[in-house]
Amino acid sequence: MGAASGRRIRVRGQVQGVGFRPFVWDLARRMEITGDVRNDAEGVLIHAAGPALDAFERALATEAPPLAEVQAVESAPHVFDCAPERFEIVASAGGTADTGVTPDAATCPACLAEIRDPAERRHGYAFTNCTHCGPRFTILDRLPYDRAKTSMRAFAMCPACRAEYENPADRRFHAQPIACPTCGPRLWLEVDGAEQPGDPIAQAAEMLRAGAILAVKGLGGFHLACDALNGAAVQRLRERKRRPAKPFALMGDLDMIRTHADAGPEAEARLTDPAAPILLLTARGAALPEAVAPGQDTLGWMLPSTPLHHLLLDAFGGPLVMTSGNLSGQPQVIGNDEARAKLAPFVDGFLMHDRDILRRLDDSVERLTPQGPMILRRARGRVPGTLPLPPGFEDAPQVLAFGGQLKSAICLTKSGRALLSHHLGDLDDRLCYDEFRKADADYAGLFDHRPQIFACDLHPGYRASQHAKTRARAHADGALIRVQHHHAHMAACMAENGWPRDGGPVAGIVLDGLGLGTDGTIWGGEILVGDYVGFRRAAHLAPVPLIGGDAAQREPWRNLLARLDAAGLGALADEILAGRDLSLPRAAAARGVNAPLSSSAGRLFDAFAAALGLVTGAQSFEGEAAMRLEALARSAPEALSRPYPFDAAGDALDPAPLFRAWADDRAAGVSPAIMAARFHAGLAEAFCAPARALIEGGAARAVALSGGCFQNATLLDLCARRLEGLPLLIHRKVPANDGGLALGQALIAAAGGGGDGR
Amino acid sequence: MKHATFEKGVVEMGHGAGGRDMADLIRHLFVTAFDNPDLTGEEDQAILSFPAGRMAISTDAFVVSPMFFPGGDIGALAVNGTVNDVAMGGADPVALSASFILEEGLPLADLARVVGSMAQAARTAGVHIVTGDTKVVERGKGDGIFITTTGFGQVREGVSLSARNGRPGDVVLVSGTLGDHGVAVMGRREGFDFDTNIVSDCAALNGLAGALLDAVPQTRLMRDPTRGGLAAVLNEIAEASRVGIAIREDALPIRPGVAGACEILGLDPLYVANEGKLVAVVPPEQAEIALAALRAHPLGREAAIIGELRADPDHFVEMETAFGGRRMVDWIAGEQLPRIC
Ligand SMILES: [Fe+3]
Ligand SMILES: [Mg+2]
Ligand SMILES: [Zn+2]
Ligand SMILES: [Zn+2]
Repeated sequence: MGAASGRRIRVRGQVQGVGFRPFVWDLARRMEITGDVRNDAEGVLIHAAGPALDAFERALATEAPPLAEVQAVESAPHVFDCAPERFEIVASAGGTADTGVTPDAATCPACLAEIRDPAERRHGYAFTNCTHCGPRFTILDRLPYDRAKTSMRAFAMCPACRAEYENPADRRFHAQPIACPTCGPRLWLEVDGAEQPGDPIAQAAEMLRAGAILAVKGLGGFHLACDALNGAAVQRLRERKRRPAKPFALMGDLDMIRTHADAGPEAEARLTDPAAPILLLTARGAALPEAVAPGQDTLGWMLPSTPLHHLLLDAFGGPLVMTSGNLSGQPQVIGNDEARAKLAPFVDGFLMHDRDILRRLDDSVERLTPQGPMILRRARGRVPGTLPLPPGFEDAPQVLAFGGQLKSAICLTKSGRALLSHHLGDLDDRLCYDEFRKADADYAGLFDHRPQIFACDLHPGYRASQHAKTRARAHADGALIRVQHHHAHMAACMAENGWPRDGGPVAGIVLDGLGLGTDGTIWGGEILVGDYVGFRRAAHLAPVPLIGGDAAQREPWRNLLARLDAAGLGALADEILAGRDLSLPRAAAARGVNAPLSSSAGRLFDAFAAALGLVTGAQSFEGEAAMRLEALARSAPEALSRPYPFDAAGDALDPAPLFRAWADDRAAGVSPAIMAARFHAGLAEAFCAPARALIEGGAARAVALSGGCFQNATLLDLCARRLEGLPLLIHRKVPANDGGLALGQALIAAAGGGGDGR
Repeated sequence: MKHATFEKGVVEMGHGAGGRDMADLIRHLFVTAFDNPDLTGEEDQAILSFPAGRMAISTDAFVVSPMFFPGGDIGALAVNGTVNDVAMGGADPVALSASFILEEGLPLADLARVVGSMAQAARTAGVHIVTGDTKVVERGKGDGIFITTTGFGQVREGVSLSARNGRPGDVVLVSGTLGDHGVAVMGRREGFDFDTNIVSDCAALNGLAGALLDAVPQTRLMRDPTRGGLAAVLNEIAEASRVGIAIREDALPIRPGVAGACEILGLDPLYVANEGKLVAVVPPEQAEIALAALRAHPLGREAAIIGELRADPDHFVEMETAFGGRRMVDWIAGEQLPRIC
């Protein structure tokens, strides 16, 4: 047999651990291609000979398996020393960590059918999976991704599973977490420290029906579950968890979800995504007990994401509250012993198993907007997905950016891609901070990352900034770049939208909580004009004292006082806030005692929510006031929602006229919903008009909308409509909140922007 | 040179010029007030007989605005602050020196009041002010009065206190309520209309510290949580002893008035200064004895056990909250800026 010519085909992207090689093998056999396929450090490498190589190459991208994400198919001529007779899968060479691990994926339809089929050997088996679904990142210890590097190493494959694992024609060919009742993880129900005999699923469902609260071990951590229709059980869960008002997440099948929520085709598509995120949906139809989400018209729903959840939901037959199993403010519990120690006071039983969770991942949270779906919290099912860097960053240095303080997440750039970590939480919490430092070490090891530049926020008091300083100091030639908070928000939005490095200036409307400005005041309602390297502050909300510093975030009334006093409506403040001592806060504001000037848009939302009496004391969770305000605005007829006026003298956008107009509405008895809607419209108008002018005047080429306030779908839609016809950059995959900050920091540092932090 | 007199009733440049006016000031004001056998006003030094053993020395400069505040003034502060720093080393303070920088135009009545309260504080603490110095700076170059004091004390036999002595398992006590001084001073400075119960805790701690050492000679260390508050002291101890420290939020003694003022102003009492409190670290088995000894003293009635040292390679200080969370208690990084986005 002599030499033969063919092609050497390189496939890049998320192509390992997703059944890509058997797919290629099957495709090759169908198209009469011979040669081989292998995984290596850069992805998948194919040597192919045969008649229809062009069609074969095209099909690699168009017919790829569900979890694969093909970024590039590169082809070059190849000469075989001797013409191949068959098509073969070649064992991995144990490459380095350049190709991604895929995110965990919800149970696929084939596996679901199997566990529901009494004739199948995996009938009722809670750990069924295949190459199209199952645990990945949460069970991974280190790369390369194979069973020995996961928490499945504790389970030796039985002959039946091994046969499937080794058969390229099987759905479970090289499915690393393959398992069955004979050889795989075991599920049990534990009550009062004792394992209960009998079927754990049936008994767990029975307990839930009786109103019990159960700790259920999921993919990325424990959940606390109870019957969502049992108000007493939900209330008991609130009391035990000491969580008075923050909405609980819910799990149900599509029918259950449609019974209680507005879930159209777009919602269905998002819910059934392999990531199985929590999706925020408007409540509609049958009401759930008030305790599920007090005062909210939006509920967070997810579909079951593992066979265990499917089986439990099938056996229970109704929607379940599925809130993360943790102490308030702390990260989710992942270990069995940890769960026993920490969750025992909350629960009546544990539905747990012996497959270890190696990476703690919260549920991802997403919502739909008129502009499409948007990720609010990137976690299970979404990480460790990578994002391509915009054009011009192909050869950017490796950067490690540390993000913000409360919704912390880190970002690594390498080889033209950015990896934004999972949501790591509030860094003032010791366990979250430990998790943050672990993620720093962990992602670096996992992706063989060798940062040359470190980036962090301008704020020296963020624990992430302090950590960044320590990291950069320990690194022989690691530069530390400090990036202004809202510049980072804007850059994250630009990067997500692939705005080129040399794409020219963008006008960023950044409506946010707050961040330290370059002038030492606290920013948060800004129009910045700039690129990845630098920016100028073109316009901003007129600042008022942030009375009590961070206390103004917890207590919306402080912001109302500051805004009403600034608008000359002090007497109205006295009236609305009657019963509260205002003299000391006013004196503090006047004397500048812990009352720095701030242009925060988030606090303006808080102020207005307080004006409408939506939250009178302290917020019981972050964003409560703004979420209630948005919910109220949505119920108003648009025709009556004329924007409240702003005063736009110079570059300060002053909401004093807004409050004066609102005071008139209030006196006239206008409904709160209309006032809420007029507020949203006024804010959108105030910021979109100057942004449009910047574009039309040639100062900027696109408008980017970023900052935590753009999680508000109403505000986003109002702005998008006012900016119609202009190039618009908005968040979809990267959170508009501080969860996306690190991406922006990384890009700015990579582009040579930001400030030297040494 | 202009001849300064007392008649104008204010400090003049001549009071620091080394001439007769200065001598008059020293004799009539300082020597009279501080009256003790070692202070004559005639020598350039005090000569003391000092017993054998170890000596503790500490020096501190005092600048406070306003000069007079509820519960004290800069004079009392200057004596007590240095007495306390000496006492925290396990020493019985013996003598103080004092140096004054006076701003031209300072009312002599104010100066007399400050000096009077220094004398009173020294008598209460049982120490003598044995030598001193006075300078006058031009109007606008000072803030009324700056005082630097240096204290000398004899370290108790067998006692060896150091911030490095803490070990995992040791118990942390605080001798009373937190934040009183800082809140009282700020309230007066900013003209806030506070509850009249908010007064500085300014006091000499040598008696209290002595009582603790009498009861628990094995005490590992003592610190007075002044500038930077309890948070700074705990972080210093954690660093020096190479341990972590865990405190419990609900164990911290804080006066309701102070807690209320802090809440409205958005301040954290952990970071507010105290001038009459000590933090002690003792071996676990001595904790109750230490607590009883502190509580038996008039300055320690509200003493409390607030937490313990733990093995922690990061040397973090953390606070267990009422909800069971573990909040990191950081050093303060300059001025506290809001962080919540
Ligand atoms: Fe932000
Ligand atoms: Mg001192
Ligand atoms: Zn499957
Ligand atoms: Zn098996």
